[in-house]
Amino acid sequence: MANLKPVPSTREFDLASDTLRDLNLYLHRHAVADGVSQIRVRNPDGAHSVACGLNADLDVHVHGHVGYYAAGMNSQASVTIHGNAGPGAAENMMSGRVHVKGFASTAAGASAHGGLLVIDGDASLRCGISLKGADIVVGGSVGSFSAFMAQAGRIVICGDAGDALGDSLYEAVIYVRGEVRSLGADARFEPMTDKDRAAVKGLLSAAGLGHEPGEFKRVASAKSLYHWHADANQEY
Amino acid sequence: MSGIQREESAGFDRQTIDYIQRAAASGLYEIRGLGAKRRVPGFDDLLFLAASLSRYPLEGYRERCATKTVLGTRFASRPVELAIPITVAGMSFGALSARVKDALGRAATEVGTSTTTGDGGMTSEERTSSKTLIYQCLPSRYGFNPDDVRRADAIEIVIGQGAKPGGGGMLLGQKVNPRVARMRTLPEGVDQRSASRHPDWTGPDDLVIKIKELREITDWEKPIYVKVGATRVFNDVKLAVHAGADVVVVDGMQGGTAATQTVFIEHVGIPTLAALRQAVDALDDLNMRGTVQLVISGGIRSGADVAKALAMGADAVAIGQGVLVALGCNSDTYVQGGQHLPAAEDYARLGTAPGFCHHCHTGKCPVGITTQDPALELRLEPAVGAKRLRNYLKTVNMELTTIARACGKQDVHHLEKEDLVALTVEAAAMAGVPLAGTSWIPGRTSAPP
Repeated sequence: MANLKPVPSTREFDLASDTLRDLNLYLHRHAVADGVSQIRVRNPDGAHSVACGLNADLDVHVHGHVGYYAAGMNSQASVTIHGNAGPGAAENMMSGRVHVKGFASTAAGASAHGGLLVIDGDASLRCGISLKGADIVVGGSVGSFSAFMAQAGRIVICGDAGDALGDSLYEAVIYVRGEVRSLGADARFEPMTDKDRAAVKGLLSAAGLGHEPGEFKRVASAKSLYHWHADANQEY
Repeated sequence: MSGIQREESAGFDRQTIDYIQRAAASGLYEIRGLGAKRRVPGFDDLLFLAASLSRYPLEGYRERCATKTVLGTRFASRPVELAIPITVAGMSFGALSARVKDALGRAATEVGTSTTTGDGGMTSEERTSSKTLIYQCLPSRYGFNPDDVRRADAIEIVIGQGAKPGGGGMLLGQKVNPRVARMRTLPEGVDQRSASRHPDWTGPDDLVIKIKELREITDWEKPIYVKVGATRVFNDVKLAVHAGADVVVVDGMQGGTAATQTVFIEHVGIPTLAALRQAVDALDDLNMRGTVQLVISGGIRSGADVAKALAMGADAVAIGQGVLVALGCNSDTYVQGGQHLPAAEDYARLGTAPGFCHHCHTGKCPVGITTQDPALELRLEPAVGAKRLRNYLKTVNMELTTIARACGKQDVHHLEKEDLVALTVEAAAMAGVPLAGTSWIPGRTSAPP
């Protein structure tokens, strides 16, 4: 008996009848106190800001499509969207895990500092824009301007990338398996090292994907925009 | 004819010749700090019509004149309550040292007002010292995190800045020291160029949703400010109100910056005076005066400026450059252990002099304010800075109440446009008040016969 794990307590919200405020307030203030660690959300019907601002080790499953900023600013929690996500999924995430089982719209993982964002399908424009340390794994392709000004963190793209990938990159690194329509300013292809292959393998494993790390190309910053000088003909 | 001919060109004066020759030599535009130096119509062009036979004054030294200011009453369950309508504008840790942010917080807390973070996140020093701290959400999102959102007293979404509306921030590498770099997730020493657009929303319809996200995260407790740089103010204020802002902050072109292209500072945006009137018109048009509060900034210096801003319809002002000057910016000395030490040689090494310095971007501030240099930042002792700033804010507030009493107001928020006239046709048109000695408001009433 002593070895049996306690069965986590579960709470369900139905956004067809419960309000978004009810849901988020419960997640912020009451779930931990009530000993509830698993929360199911039904009928999100495209609602915005579902499960945003979480700050506890909760396991949230949202069954359906969500609108903007799902799991925005997440800390610690695991949020799974069993559907598609609107713009800004997991924006500014600090830690934890957000998994979009379907497609993600624009700016997925924007400015995220930590944690792991997994998107099984495609992600639209500006995926990983201003990334600040989180990891993003996209099972499909990403749209143009992805990883724009990404500062730190890693993005694994199992499909193709659109135009201007990695424009004005800082220290973030991008791994792409498919075609890149064009690189952005200061982004360049670099050789894959054993360390890169190990990183890709680890991220794919965490995302539940089985591609061969050797199929990926590395994109990183050439660092020619790091300092302002006349001869570089830079536009500042 | 004898002697040297010295007929100066109006179009190619010495300043212009110097500019062209510097550009030709360097291939770079000039970057500098502080705000516009050109003369534009401003609050100096307005005057008060104080009490007389038709108005009854308050006793200037005796009668109470209220200054309490409440911001964020529209949706937030915990509005910001201030003792005075004079706040400290957003200025970043990075642009300023942590010691300066500490001093700002101490002074603001003493006089009962707020400070505002800036690009680069919230320092523990400022959160500790500032009782009421407004946390900016900027396009760069440097250092932006939910823990600080929850620790803040209000959130200010920055769309633009008066010194550079439409432009992103800039922090040259010499100011990106290890702590600044860590807070901004940047390599140490890089020339940081902030984004000019928010990463996760692109227009006013998106902003509605972004504001609601921040409200959800803060459980609808904290006021949400929206700050715009002054350009198309009438439309921008209306859009900010439609987006759900509790408070709109409008920053005129005289507003300062830590580092921006000179061409931007001097040629983009509209004067604070014109911006304020357009903002008030927008709130009136929406019947939102009193529901959404208006904060004006951009070159506010004195109690007279504050009084005029409030009379035109602002609920509060935010001061940046004036605050820095109060701390000792452009002073020829700095204080160490109670002694005034000379700084003129340090100004000279920067190629400038006290009274003219705008070299915030270099990180070599001779008085230790706009620097991250470990030795230079010691030149600003937080206790000294806090005392100076407290004195300045108290003085400005006393000037404000002096004018309000003279106009017969028991509350500074009762100052009204009817109390004002303009000295010039331009100011009358921009402010929407009559030219002094006439009833003529250019563009609103018929010209006098």
